[in-house]
Amino acid sequence: MGDDVKVQHFIDSLDFSTEEYNALFSLANKIIASPTEYQSLCSGRLMATLFYEPSTRTRLSFEAAMMRLGGQVLSVANSATSSAVKGETLADTIRTAAGYADIIVLRHPKEGAARLASLYAPVPVINGGDGAREHPTQTLTDMFTIQTYEGRLDNLTIALCGDLKYGRTIHSLIKALARRGKTRFFLISPEELRLPEHVKEEVLDGGAGVEIQETTRMEKGLREADVLYMTRIQKERFFNEEDYIKLRDTYILTPEKMALAKERMIVMHPLPRVTEITGEVDKDKRAVYFQQARLGMFVRMALIAYLLEVV
Amino acid sequence: MLRVDAIKKGIVLDHIQAGNGIKIFERLGLRNAEYSVALLMNVPSTKMVRKDMIKISDILNLDLTMLGLLDPSTTVNFIEDGKVTNKVTVELPGRVVGLIECKNPRCITSYERHGPSIFMLVDKETKEYKCFYCGERVKV
Repeated sequence: MGDDVKVQHFIDSLDFSTEEYNALFSLANKIIASPTEYQSLCSGRLMATLFYEPSTRTRLSFEAAMMRLGGQVLSVANSATSSAVKGETLADTIRTAAGYADIIVLRHPKEGAARLASLYAPVPVINGGDGAREHPTQTLTDMFTIQTYEGRLDNLTIALCGDLKYGRTIHSLIKALARRGKTRFFLISPEELRLPEHVKEEVLDGGAGVEIQETTRMEKGLREADVLYMTRIQKERFFNEEDYIKLRDTYILTPEKMALAKERMIVMHPLPRVTEITGEVDKDKRAVYFQQARLGMFVRMALIAYLLEVV
Repeated sequence: MLRVDAIKKGIVLDHIQAGNGIKIFERLGLRNAEYSVALLMNVPSTKMVRKDMIKISDILNLDLTMLGLLDPSTTVNFIEDGKVTNKVTVELPGRVVGLIECKNPRCITSYERHGPSIFMLVDKETKEYKCFYCGERVKV
């Protein structure tokens, strides 16, 4: 703390305005259209990825993004086994890493860790996920995917299915979409995993024309949705294995269920998927979750370039 | 009754709930003050039965931001030339540093030595604050 340099970070999905989101999407589209034009944009720049909990996908996505921009990556695959074990505080680790790198990606199991890191870092910090709270680049990825396939981010019916209580990607996505207005949400979850009240209130206050319908039945939301967003029910959220197994198999997307949905609906998933989408669904052209992961890399390229002020 | 002279210039914190005076005294760092300070406890009051008061002589620029949180009943009188020049009732501060502890066990502040606790006011009516780091809400 005490640094007077104004540095922009990306900690919370609502840190960026809708205009900033749109600018990032526009840049990501330019990168997709002519990747060679951007392949040396971050030449000579270093990104440090500090991951205090494992997340192969997110780390690979960030590292691929930086490398495709011509930058290089300093990576600590599991920071929790290194300096933190010796008792070093996050604030100290961040200040040290900021001395080596031009930009930092932090994933940490504690909520608000990235916000704290941003107070100490004289270089941009990107929140790669902090506990059950935020994962803003997943939101960026999700919004970019919807924009790409639907051509808009308002006037949509979005069905969200699975763990809506602990699924951090869900909370951020709902808030960011609600900000665009005129969105209808179908929240499909077991009673035990419903969207928390405070998130619901925030969403309803957030944008004009936002509607929320809650249901425990998957079929209802499926028929009307433009977007079906599936999530994993995470084992680590349960104290009791029996409860986990019972709920895990509640909402499984199969080709039979897909037959109920619109021809133009898209199925999204933050990955990794476990059992909630059967392998057969992958063949359906509406299943876009692997393309979603790829789009995530491009929009992360745009984010890195924006925060490093090289565009 | 105990008598403390009126001050010519300074700040008088009045209508403090009996018992809160010492907390405010400590929080404002008045223990180390280089000017005269009187902490009056259990002063008879027609409105409050008993109240605490703090009289601070000679200075007018004390940071009183946290008063609203410590004791919202407090009134602040600014004195110059022996007269009250400004009388204000305190408000809940927009940002509270180091005073509220986050109760969320998953919050980074629950295990990080660095980093002061920071809470932001969300709702004046319900007196609700939100942890700057994890977003946990508390009512004060």
